[in-house]
Amino acid sequence: MSNRMSAELAEHSDTSPTDQEVATRKASSIELHSLHKRFGADAVALDGVDLSIHAGEFFTLLGPSGCGKTTLLRILAGLEAPDQGTLMVGDKELTEVPPHRRSVNTVFQSYALFPHLSVRDNLAFGLKMRGLPAAERDARVDEIAAFIKLGDLVERRVDQLSGGQRQRIALARALVCEPDVLLLDEPLSALDAGLRSQLQVELQRLQKRLGMTFVFVTHDQDEAMVMSDRIAVLDSGNIQQVGAPSEVYERPANAFVARFMGHDNLFPILARDGLRVQSDLGWLELHKHAGQGDAGDCLLVRPETLEIGDVVPEGYNRLAGVVQERLYRGSRIEYVLEVNGQSLMVVASNLGQQVHQAGDAVTISVCPEDLVTVAA
Amino acid sequence: MPRISQHVMRRRAVVAETRHLLFSVGPGVIWIILFLVLPSAYLMGVAFMTNGPYGLPQMPLTLEAFERLAGFGFLGWSPGNIYTLLRSLWQTLLSTTLVVMVAYPIAYYITTCRERWRPIMLLAVVVPSWTNQVIRTFGWMNLLAPGTPLSELAEGLGLIAPNMGLYPSNFAVTLGLVYNFLPFMVLPLYAAFEKLDHAQVEAAQDLYASPLGAFRHAVFPQTLPGLLAGIVLVAIPAFGMYVIPELLGGGKGMMLGNLVATQFSGGSNWPLGAAGAILMLIATFFGLFAMRRIGKRLGGGEEVVI
Repeated sequence: MSNRMSAELAEHSDTSPTDQEVATRKASSIELHSLHKRFGADAVALDGVDLSIHAGEFFTLLGPSGCGKTTLLRILAGLEAPDQGTLMVGDKELTEVPPHRRSVNTVFQSYALFPHLSVRDNLAFGLKMRGLPAAERDARVDEIAAFIKLGDLVERRVDQLSGGQRQRIALARALVCEPDVLLLDEPLSALDAGLRSQLQVELQRLQKRLGMTFVFVTHDQDEAMVMSDRIAVLDSGNIQQVGAPSEVYERPANAFVARFMGHDNLFPILARDGLRVQSDLGWLELHKHAGQGDAGDCLLVRPETLEIGDVVPEGYNRLAGVVQERLYRGSRIEYVLEVNGQSLMVVASNLGQQVHQAGDAVTISVCPEDLVTVAA
Repeated sequence: MPRISQHVMRRRAVVAETRHLLFSVGPGVIWIILFLVLPSAYLMGVAFMTNGPYGLPQMPLTLEAFERLAGFGFLGWSPGNIYTLLRSLWQTLLSTTLVVMVAYPIAYYITTCRERWRPIMLLAVVVPSWTNQVIRTFGWMNLLAPGTPLSELAEGLGLIAPNMGLYPSNFAVTLGLVYNFLPFMVLPLYAAFEKLDHAQVEAAQDLYASPLGAFRHAVFPQTLPGLLAGIVLVAIPAFGMYVIPELLGGGKGMMLGNLVATQFSGGSNWPLGAAGAILMLIATFFGLFAMRRIGKRLGGGEEVVI
């Protein structure tokens, strides 16, 4: 049921009148300066966070649990007060402003729909609290319900909705207030994989259509890369890197970011000589843009940039290895190779080329431009 | 041929079903008939009989008991019984209101405590009721009697006349009722609060509700079923309470329960006692009916109580 409706929403035409009406709003930028927050004596949630989020951007806070991303989101919502630092949304300072006076709305992880109210009353809650007359509330609720294609659900009770429908109602309940900034706290984590990837695309399209500033929290790097304009990777209360998904993935600022983005092929650099670095893989040639990493830093070898085959193009690095394991994934094939006693992951697109078996001795070629050094 | 066997099978199923019903529901029905329906019918009958020389009921049938209950006696009309009824209603209303005001914050506070402390705190609420009610009420007599610190404090503040003591008085009865019925309100309210997701309070504030607005629109409606259940659990027994007004009220604090009890004990007037009991029953039904209506209105058309 909800799958069918989300498909309809995805196809929703860009010229419908409700679209234009909803899209005529300003977006706000966010400036965070030196935010500190600790819980109790030794639990540091945020350790001096500086961050600029552009107006109209889909911005994602990415990190493992306990990294401070949710605390940061709650500070934006006003549900948590920072110990130190300032928060600006647009040109207004909001650091001390209570949540109900902020034009910022949240989609909660548990959705936090009110079970004692109908879907309509849930959607109208924010408008009612802001004192809009009943007629106008009804009109705006009908508009948003039509916009998210859930118009036929508004008279239902919350406990009669499926997970996907609840997620949409929670989103609509926040959107109907037309906030300057929309905060989303892992809103897709409770959904099954199929619905989830569908809603990722939808949510991203919705944000583009509305032009609203979205701040999205997740621990799933794939989700972050699919949806975001920019990503901030957090760890233990600090921002590790801010950048577009391609930057964060291809040129991680440090080993933590690299590992968190799913990279397995990280090798400590033992020595460096100009554009050549030595690691447990042996000496490899780098491009001049590979980074300045020296002994003590790491060399990142992305599995999808490695090529198995006897022909090594001119100027490429050559490695010799033995296939340990082969994982057939349909569109791609993953090999775990042993090179100089190290495990090296290789991902090959399944283009009908020769499939190697465990125990095969193979030659691997790596373009110097695909190698980057990463701070430890 | 298969039709016949189907018919037989259906009959067997009906027999089995009937037998199952008889064994599962039967004992309960018998219990209710023996210990609720028959005694109530007997009481009803007694109420319409004549008061005999030793207070025992006898024929013929008459409305005398109800006339006496309304205050018409040998010496003309007296308002005593009407006062007792009004006092019972007032004490019930007052003590239930106070119980709600005390229990609501307690129940909320317990849900904010750490999970491992909650059972202990609930136990602390319930444990006093493990002691006999009469003993606890005697305890209050000792605390409130003239010359006790509490009485002297009240005297010092000019709340009561010198040497009067806080007991016996209507105040002592109210206090006793509140104290006695507190657990019956805390427990259902706690259950209601515990089910409440704190994220909903945050969602309400996020959606422009002030702290008071969040309580009014997000918290309170969700505790309403617990609140109404608590009111039923407190108000009905409080209305019929015998021990507390008997011990703490003195002659001035009599409630309907005491009026009924007096008519049955000391052999004074069974028909009048029965009429009083029927009045209490009717008042209770009215109360429950009103609660249902109120609950429906506050709950936005949903059935929230019984």
